[in-house]
Amino acid sequence: MLYFARWKAIAILLTALIVCAFAIPNFVSSATVKKWPAWAQRYVVLGLDLQGGSHILLEVDTADVRQQRLVSLRDEVRKTLRDAKILYSTVPAIRGNAVEVRIREGQNFPAALDKLRALSQPLTNNIIGVTGQQSLDVTDAGGGLIRLAPSEAAMTERIRQTVDQAIPIIERRVNELGLVEPTVQREGIDRILVQVPGLGDPQRLLEIIGKTAKLEFRLVNQNASPLNVPPDSEVLCEVENQQKGDVKPPACTGGTPVVVYKQVLVEGADLTDARTGFDQNNQPVVDFTFDATGARKFGEVTQENVGRPFAIILDRQVISAPNIREPILGGRGQISGHFTVETAGNLAILLRAGALPANLTPIEQRVVGPGLGQDSITKGEYASIVGAALVIVFMLVTYKLFGVFANIAVAVNVGMIFGVLSLLNATLTLPGIAGIVLTVGIAVDSNVLIYERIREEVRHGRNAIAAIDAGFTRALATILDSNITTFIAAAVLFFIGTGPVKGFAVTLGVGIATTLFTAFTLTRLIVAYWVRWRRPTYVPI
Amino acid sequence: MRLFPLRIVPDETKFDFIRFRRISFPISAMLSILAIVLYFTHGLNFGIDFKGGTLIEVRAKSGAADLAQMRSTIAGLRLGDFQLQQFGGPAEVLIRIAEQPGGEKEQQVAVEKVRQALGDTVEYRRVEVVGPRVSGELLYKGILGMFAAIAAILCYLWFRFEWQFALGAMIANVHDIVLTLGFMSITQVDFDLTSIAALLTILGYSLNDTVVIYDRIREMLRRYKKMPMPELLNVSINATLSRSIITHVTVAMSLLALLLFGGQAIHSFTATMMFGVVLVGTYTSVFIASPILIYLGVGANRAQARDDVADEQPEPEPAKPAAKSPARPAARARR
Repeated sequence: MLYFARWKAIAILLTALIVCAFAIPNFVSSATVKKWPAWAQRYVVLGLDLQGGSHILLEVDTADVRQQRLVSLRDEVRKTLRDAKILYSTVPAIRGNAVEVRIREGQNFPAALDKLRALSQPLTNNIIGVTGQQSLDVTDAGGGLIRLAPSEAAMTERIRQTVDQAIPIIERRVNELGLVEPTVQREGIDRILVQVPGLGDPQRLLEIIGKTAKLEFRLVNQNASPLNVPPDSEVLCEVENQQKGDVKPPACTGGTPVVVYKQVLVEGADLTDARTGFDQNNQPVVDFTFDATGARKFGEVTQENVGRPFAIILDRQVISAPNIREPILGGRGQISGHFTVETAGNLAILLRAGALPANLTPIEQRVVGPGLGQDSITKGEYASIVGAALVIVFMLVTYKLFGVFANIAVAVNVGMIFGVLSLLNATLTLPGIAGIVLTVGIAVDSNVLIYERIREEVRHGRNAIAAIDAGFTRALATILDSNITTFIAAAVLFFIGTGPVKGFAVTLGVGIATTLFTAFTLTRLIVAYWVRWRRPTYVPI
Repeated sequence: MRLFPLRIVPDETKFDFIRFRRISFPISAMLSILAIVLYFTHGLNFGIDFKGGTLIEVRAKSGAADLAQMRSTIAGLRLGDFQLQQFGGPAEVLIRIAEQPGGEKEQQVAVEKVRQALGDTVEYRRVEVVGPRVSGELLYKGILGMFAAIAAILCYLWFRFEWQFALGAMIANVHDIVLTLGFMSITQVDFDLTSIAALLTILGYSLNDTVVIYDRIREMLRRYKKMPMPELLNVSINATLSRSIITHVTVAMSLLALLLFGGQAIHSFTATMMFGVVLVGTYTSVFIASPILIYLGVGANRAQARDDVADEQPEPEPAKPAAKSPARPAARARR
């Protein structure tokens, strides 16, 4: 137990040194670190609770996705039957979670069923290829009625795709805000986690990422009143001052109701650019540019409807409904609502980044201001220093020379924890700091276990060297057992925990690993060299 | 001549922990029942993590916060149940608003209303909104994690020791959790995600402690085949007592530092840990986990063996203490 081959001793010291060295970038100014090679640029990242920032969990509105799918399915059914020249007695329509169509009597019903069955495709999966599931359940409901329902697996897949499409759009939006190191990632099937460190205005972030930003240009139906709406039109609300608020048409609370045609003339996807500008009255506006198709469509529409008003609609709210004074052929236009500079800026960002494929709802939001974060760091540091000082003094008083050994081991341990955390680019949260403080406790415990065992062996009448040797042998087995149980708890915390709790689990887990390392190697090495040097006849503990 | 370092615990202690079980078991049973009753009468003070709702921490920009004024302002918003609480200094206030009916979006609306009502008089230090769906999942995950951790640890103990030890540790575990929940119920500290972390850490620590004693018991069982079980347990606990106490003093010191200087944000976390690790965990491993092994039949098959041979060696120390190991380092060290 007390013998170390020279190469082993060197390997142990080197490991400890190198791991500790990885912690160095945390204590050097970032400008200096930038000049170092990439592999050395590793930090402990401060969690959002320490540096301030926003954590927002968004969920895809699955009902919205389902509805979109049903609408496109209905159009497909209509097109398929029209192409096959099969007549129906009732129009394809959405009923619940399915599209239903009744084939007219005397038509070739089996052919219709076959054609519609062909709409269904086998689902594939990246891992196992064809899964044997179909994208649609097409059933013959009797009496010429055919029901087409998207299968659950297909819906899940579609929701997954929706999230995949939404992530880059959200990333673009957040980047447009000019924020540092945002992370946007998938959580589960239908969720997106957005984490943005150190943002001054979390409310603005929420407005930017939560908006679907579906822009539509439609004509205003001037012949209808909000109380008498023809089937080709609907009532939407005009929003004043761009104050959001969930307005439910036709009972508009914040603005006047506008009757618009359902047909969309041009939409946001046809835009190539959008910028904030000012009109002749120096009011903030959004200038936009269409791509070729958009420009052509917009030109035609404006040419045909000079003198009539058209509505600019964002997420089913009318931003403005100006009159078309002249045909707009250049593919450029201007949206003027009652904007402030900020709301105009927000809209420009949204239009540039594109619309989300479905509505997203924030279901969890945690924002920490920078002031609180700084307070927490200061307090955490202070508590750690006080805690460490108490433990160091206590160990010295209790074990004297061996206390010095223990304190060295614990100090190296803390250095190694920071080293490993840096290597992993782990996130340090406030509970994480608590985890480190507790690890100091665990690291001390490993030394206490060893020393107490040595004391015991001395009492049993062994000579100093034999007692030290036996003490290490027996205590290390115990240390392993007891630490593995705590490690299991840390591992479980890591897998179930989120945010701060995960941070705690990481530091606790890493701390246990480094504790085991120092207990099994470093502490032993120090004591072994001391024994070799002093050849003790009694154990000074 | 020798300057002996500090001995917190005398070298040889001979407390009869096992006989003390006649007192400690009923006390623990009573406390556990009390804790369960408290849990059902007082309940836990669920934080927004598990209940859903909104938490806003603000700091008045000038002077102390006017709680009464804030209260009436927020009451005017008609957001249902809400609480105001001084948090840390006089300028800091914690506002908790119950979950709003009407789904996920309404929670955001509530925050916006409060922001508009309080305006620029305060600095927003923290805003947390947890919707109904997430809160339900977090609770589920928390409970699941708890059971998963216990199960995983038990499997490990079963694998490393005999099943009786695993069972004993589990009883001790449940005892720890019940008492800690009772503590949380009395003090009404916020029960949130970090509380789950605290509970799991308490579990880990208490087990850590229990395992240290179990390890010794196992060693003693191998070495002293004829020592009566109660005596063997007592010797094991006494032998590890010094370690238990020193370790817990150091852990208590670390926690005390966190408790006093770590700030409000981790206050309930450290308070729970202090109770669980230092008070309950230590007590459990000494007074519950170890004595209970008698009832679980550890070493039961040794009972007959005892009658065959009288206990001749009260201190049966092996004549040659692990002869081979010290020889080598001595020989090497000479070079």
